[in-house]
Amino acid sequence: MGNMVKVGMADFNICHAPDAITTLGLGSCVGIALYDPVKKIAGLAHIMLPDSKLVKNNENIAKFADTGIDACIDMMVKAGASRMRLTAKIAGGAQMFAFGSNNDMLRIGERNTEATRQKLKQLGIKILADDTGANYGRTIEFYPETGDLLIKSVGKPVKTI
Amino acid sequence: MGDFNYESIDTVEYDVLREIGNIGAGNATTALSQMLNIKIDMKVPNVDLLNFQELPNMFGGPENLIVGILLTLEGDIDGMMMFMLEKNSAHHIVNVLMGRSLTSVDEFTDMDKSAMNEIGNIIAGAYLSSVSMLTNMQITSSVPYMAIDMAGAILSVPAIEFGKVGDKALVIKTQITENDVEIDGYFVLIPTIEGYKKIMTSLGL
Repeated sequence: MGNMVKVGMADFNICHAPDAITTLGLGSCVGIALYDPVKKIAGLAHIMLPDSKLVKNNENIAKFADTGIDACIDMMVKAGASRMRLTAKIAGGAQMFAFGSNNDMLRIGERNTEATRQKLKQLGIKILADDTGANYGRTIEFYPETGDLLIKSVGKPVKTI
Repeated sequence: MGDFNYESIDTVEYDVLREIGNIGAGNATTALSQMLNIKIDMKVPNVDLLNFQELPNMFGGPENLIVGILLTLEGDIDGMMMFMLEKNSAHHIVNVLMGRSLTSVDEFTDMDKSAMNEIGNIIAGAYLSSVSMLTNMQITSSVPYMAIDMAGAILSVPAIEFGKVGDKALVIKTQITENDVEIDGYFVLIPTIEGYKKIMTSLGL
C-alpha cells in the first residue's frame, strides 16, 4: 500500500499509484477525481462554488468548478499525464440542510454538480461514474492503481464506483 | 472602510468579539442548563480567522460525527449561527428531555429531531437576544435547520457562503461541557464582513 494524499476544502492535488488520494467530509462541495489510466496518475479537486466569473473575489482558483478543474489538470499534465486519456468520477454536491424554497443556499450542491458536469463536458472528459446529490456527507478515496473511487458516508456501507 | 478585510482586525476588536461570544453563549448556556435542569460549564470563547481547510479541525476534524443546527441571520447583522453537538451529547440531551434511559443511543426519532430543533431555536434565541441588546441592533434568525453528519460536510454550508466573498471565515466559538455526562458542544457565530462592520460601529469602534 502506498501513501494517502489528503486534499482539503477548496484545494486540489495529484498522486501516482500505488499512492491514493482522498478528501474528507464532502458536503455541498464536489470532489472530482481525474485519472490517466495509462500513467496511473490521479488528480483530485475539492471545489466549493460553481463559477469563478460570478464572484468578485476569485483569486483562489481551487475554490471554483471551472478554474479548479483546469488547475488540477495542469498539475497532472506537468506530472506526465495525458489530457486526451483523462476520465473523471465525481461525488458530493449534497444538500446538507433542508432550507426553505426561497433560500439561495438551497441548490448550491446541485449547482456545483451541474457546473462540474458542464466543465468536464466542455473539456471532453468523460464522467465514468458519479454519486452526487442527496442529503448526506461523503468521504472519498481514489486509487489510481485500479481506478476505483470509494465513497464512505455515515451509517451507510462503503460504495465503490 | 471601503477596502476593509478580516485580516486587519486588531486585538481590541478581537477582545470585543470574544466578549460578544461570552455574553451570547453565557445566556444560551443558561437557557440550555435550565431546560435540562443540569449544570453546564462554558469555556472562554475563541475568536479565530480561519481558512476553509482549518475550519473542520476546530470541531474534531472533518469526519467527526456531529449534530449541527444552523440558523441564518438577517436584520442588522447578516451571517449564520450554529449550535453544534457531539453526537453522544445530542443523545444525552434528548434522553434527558424525553425522560428516557440516559444510556440510550438508538437512532434519533423524528420526535428527537424536532426536540433538538426546538433546543436550537431557544438557545440561538437566547444567544442572539443578548448580542442584540449589547449592540442595540435588530437581529432576526431563520427557523433552525438540522443535520447529523460529518463536521466537514456540515461546515461546507457556512464555508460556501463565506467562499463567495473571501477565503476566510471569522468564527466566534464557545465550547460548553458538562463534567458528569460529557456534554460537548459549541455555539458558533459567523458574521459576514458587513455584519462584523456593523457590530464594531455600534460599539463605537
